Amino acid sequence: MHPAGSVIVFTVASGLGFGLLTWLGIGLPEVRGWVAFWHYALGFSLAGGGLLASTFHLGNPQRFLMAFSQWRSSWLSREGCLAVAALAVLGLFAIGKIFLEANWQVLGYLGAILAVLTVFATSMIYAQLKTVPRWNHWSTPALFLLLSLSGGGLLAAQILPSMILLALAGALQLAAWLSGDGRFESRGTDIGTATGLGVRGIVRAFEPPHTGNNYLLKEMVHKVGRKHAVKLRLISFALMILMPLGLLMISGTALMVIFAVLLHAIGTFAQRWLFFAEAEHVVGLYYGKR
Amino acid sequence: MTTLPKTTQKKLGLVIDLDTCVGCHACVVSCKGWNTENYGVPLSDQDAYGADPSGTFLNRVHSYEVQPESGPAQLIHFPKSCLHCEDAPCVTVCPTGASYKRQEDGIVLVNEDACIGCGLCAWACPYGAREMDQAAGVMKKCTLCVDRIYNENLPEVDRVPSCVRTCPSGARHFGDLGDETSEVSELVAARGGMDLMPELGTKPVNKYLPPRPKDVIPEFDILAPYLEPVAKTQKGFLGWLDKALEKI
Repeated sequence: MHPAGSVIVFTVASGLGFGLLTWLGIGLPEVRGWVAFWHYALGFSLAGGGLLASTFHLGNPQRFLMAFSQWRSSWLSREGCLAVAALAVLGLFAIGKIFLEANWQVLGYLGAILAVLTVFATSMIYAQLKTVPRWNHWSTPALFLLLSLSGGGLLAAQILPSMILLALAGALQLAAWLSGDGRFESRGTDIGTATGLGVRGIVRAFEPPHTGNNYLLKEMVHKVGRKHAVKLRLISFALMILMPLGLLMISGTALMVIFAVLLHAIGTFAQRWLFFAEAEHVVGLYYGKR
Repeated sequence: MTTLPKTTQKKLGLVIDLDTCVGCHACVVSCKGWNTENYGVPLSDQDAYGADPSGTFLNRVHSYEVQPESGPAQLIHFPKSCLHCEDAPCVTVCPTGASYKRQEDGIVLVNEDACIGCGLCAWACPYGAREMDQAAGVMKKCTLCVDRIYNENLPEVDRVPSCVRTCPSGARHFGDLGDETSEVSELVAARGGMDLMPELGTKPVNKYLPPRPKDVIPEFDILAPYLEPVAKTQKGFLGWLDKALEKI
């Protein structure tokens, strides 16, 4: 799949933002006044900025309001509704904390639940697609949620919980890479079932329908960079999991936490780039490609 | 609404005969010609006369080589467009309600005025039937020529999809696949019509008729025994050379 920059920025930034807002919603850390203002400002700008970035890849973003209408069937619509609900509820909670010396904790818990559900809905946009076997697995939402909560936990300076969540995310990431590598083959979809001609012999794509490029090939048969996949996996795993964990083991000072967050964010960008670049869509089979 | 109808009154669709398709791409051209100036925005091209041309098409013809266990390989031309699936994954993922499946005839359509151009429906489709128009930023797909098949301004013979009307080899058939007595249903039953990627559970309405088995010409030549080569071994100088080289 084509790794569109806007979608990578969106999933990483909003994942971190909603992760941070989840921790703030449950009162960890317990902040008031100006300190609370800066915490919530960071959470809202990451979550809101991510959502804004996601509109950059749309063909007709001016019609975005309609995207709130199909929550009964569409994960993308559910994500939009949940995101707005989470931001609204936590916005009220934040106003209480910052300006009114009020602690409306019910709103905080509700907002935290909505923030977690938003990240879950984001991950389900990908996990629901049977056409992309690598994504079509429970590990996709599990990993999105663990990364969101561990990255958000780092931003909220919740050191011990973040370390535990980071270690879990690392283990799951390794499992997801290993099990994802063979999933396309194990689903049994090949050029034979795609054309229905597999029962007759060995099928080979002889001539493509068009000599030039097209939307399908650009969007879903993206191959650039797959050859560096192993190196990128190592780099992203080191930055996203190992180095933040190592830094936090050395010490828990504010400076260390800031370093750990930055490394984790950069690593997550690389991980998310791979998430798209390594995903293979079954439509490539019609072109004799993967 | 992007929830799918439980049942549709009709299941209009295409039956494509892989035995008779000659791979002329006339259906591709006729589809583009009709659909660029009728339902919805035009099917745009980018850099059409330049070094890197590309464009939006609703129907494309692939060609495959099939090598059986024995005998010569076979070349099969393979037109591919929207299969108007009963369980269409492209419809349910749509966030705006732009994609829908019609209850009355089962045609899957895009309401372009509601399409935000997110491209998720194209990701959900296993068949590559949906292409985002790069000029208009909305999703384009086969409409089964919904603006022809019910169009009383056209002569009756033309009230079929443009690709079906154009095909010079009779490889494309249009009809109600939900009606067991329709010509297309009988064709599917007689020729063993098949689904593409049935394992993905999309339940395509369009069916493909597999190529008929090739005729086998029996070996039959009464003169053959008399035409066997007479001299089995070389004689003279070449024969001596052959023996001499053999001994080395």
